[in-house]
Amino acid sequence: MTEETLGECLSRHGISRRSFLKFCTVTASLMALPPGAAAQMAEALARQRRPSVIWLSFQECTGCTESLTRSYAPSLESLIFDFISLDYHHTLSAAAGHQVEAALDKAIADNHGNYLVIVDGSIPLGAKGAYSTVAGVSNVESLKRVAEGAAAVIAVGTCAAYGGLPMAQPNPTGAVGVSELVKDKPVVNVPGCPPIPEVMTGVLAHFLTFGSLPELDVHGRPLAFFGDSIHNRCYRRPFYDQGKFAKRFDDAGARAGWCLYELGCKGPTTYNACATVKWNQGLTFPIQSGHGCIGCSEPNFWDKGSFYKPLSTAESIAGGGMIAATTVGVALGAGAAWISRKRQDDIVGGK
Amino acid sequence: MDLLTFARGPALQAAFTIFLIGTFWRLLGVLLLRRKLDHSEPRQPALAGAFKGQIAHLWPYQPFASRVMASYLLGYAFHIGLVVVIFFYLPHILFIQDLFGVSWPALPHAVVNAVGGITLMALVALLVKRLMNPVTRLISNFDDYFTWFVTVTPLVTGMLAVAQVGARYETLLALHLLSVALLLIWFPFGKLMHAFFFVAARATTGMIFERRGTHS
Ligand code: HEM
Ligand code: SF4
Repeated sequence: MTEETLGECLSRHGISRRSFLKFCTVTASLMALPPGAAAQMAEALARQRRPSVIWLSFQECTGCTESLTRSYAPSLESLIFDFISLDYHHTLSAAAGHQVEAALDKAIADNHGNYLVIVDGSIPLGAKGAYSTVAGVSNVESLKRVAEGAAAVIAVGTCAAYGGLPMAQPNPTGAVGVSELVKDKPVVNVPGCPPIPEVMTGVLAHFLTFGSLPELDVHGRPLAFFGDSIHNRCYRRPFYDQGKFAKRFDDAGARAGWCLYELGCKGPTTYNACATVKWNQGLTFPIQSGHGCIGCSEPNFWDKGSFYKPLSTAESIAGGGMIAATTVGVALGAGAAWISRKRQDDIVGGK
Repeated sequence: MDLLTFARGPALQAAFTIFLIGTFWRLLGVLLLRRKLDHSEPRQPALAGAFKGQIAHLWPYQPFASRVMASYLLGYAFHIGLVVVIFFYLPHILFIQDLFGVSWPALPHAVVNAVGGITLMALVALLVKRLMNPVTRLISNFDDYFTWFVTVTPLVTGMLAVAQVGARYETLLALHLLSVALLLIWFPFGKLMHAFFFVAARATTGMIFERRGTHS
């Protein structure tokens, strides 16, 4: 049986070549690919036959899957997403029980060395992995087994990328991200809580077009989408530079759209494409909707202090320690002076 | 823990602790020392001299003015500049507000940046002056140079962070906070203590001269 190509699949769904080209142009430009890449991408993608993808869901909230599959439909993104052959996906699979596990074994065997693995959710290492199991197998075990024959692993969402919420202090399940465990395969992190659907399809499109993964930043994220901070691309930035800040969520400054730094915006230290790609088909993103960035695409974002405290106060200095330090300093100073006076007394006999 | 979290958390916490211990230790250790008795008959009550002393040294003594004026002006430039940058830059004010609960209006970023640039130039000019003059060069020690270094690094790293040149913003910010930590740690043990001691020093000399009935 020859499977249909992506081009055939799209035309079957009534997507014109024109809008497909437009999608490729937008994706290529979002990823800052060189001129000509859009045409190359269109050609390569249209010829693609279903790549085999195994999707593993671990300690997660299903928000990532929601973000990717239900963001808006029917769109090219969701169709491309439908097109990839999800040989195994806990949440989306129609089959259940032994049948799915059999499908997993088959996918691993049939496409050994070529399939993509997408992971959402963190992996608990505590209690020998017992905190999260599927069909009696711990998440660590499944990841190791599935990753072994993978071409690459894409860690979708902050949990899979860096441990995310499950890893937040005190990390009761001993959760870790994928790259802590998978060392011998290329791993791409697409963090975000949830991640932006276009970023996900962009990474897939890159892989399908060039057969390789895009260039990554220090935290393993595709530079094309995570190369610049929210702050550097924020449309409220002029207000930041002018020193115009909303002090409350309901004051005149907030209504005038001033900068949200004082209300805790983490945009300056957060790298993601929200300010450019935006959400819901480019409609808006959190800052545009009036709330500061919470930094959800950064490692350990949950443990970096309050979302509502300004960035420069994110880690506070403990007042008790400061009082103790002052007391110690006073005692040392008084003690030193007393010793000195006592010596003088000893030498001159109190005169 | 990443570098920025370390710099903001444990590093600053430790630096403030050492700063407070050291500062109070040295302040009280010196101020509580027994002063030498002056057996001479006072010409007039000495106390007024404590205040006159503060004023007298604000501007060069006329006979020396031509030789020291440049140092005075550069000194004023960078001291005022540091006050502006440290106390009127918004992230700093928020930091202080978080610690002490008090706040005041900030200056726009462009003003702070310009003042930062002037401050840096004044500090560099003073270092050059120190090195060019054989006498000041001869009497300068490690403390002089290191104090200059710990004062300049927060300024440079702060401006680099804002301009985002040289490294990622978080890295530059972490270096900024680490340099601030270094400044705080060095503060009580080097010449930066003059920030507290100058008042006592001027009061003391002022009182000695007043008691003798001379100009302070
Ligand atoms: C032109 C000079 C300076 C600039 C442009 C500058 C810039 C900055 C910036 C951008 C931040 C953090 C904002 C954020 O977290 O996003 C910051 C924080 C801070 N800076 Fe500076 N700074 C300068 C000089 C100084 C100096 C001289 C000192 C100390 C003597 C200082 C002490 C601090 C402190 C204590 C913080 C807050 C720590 C935190 O973020 O938790 N800065 N500065
Ligand atoms: S709202 Fe946030 S990201 Fe936008 S300019 Fe202000 S601090 Fe930067």
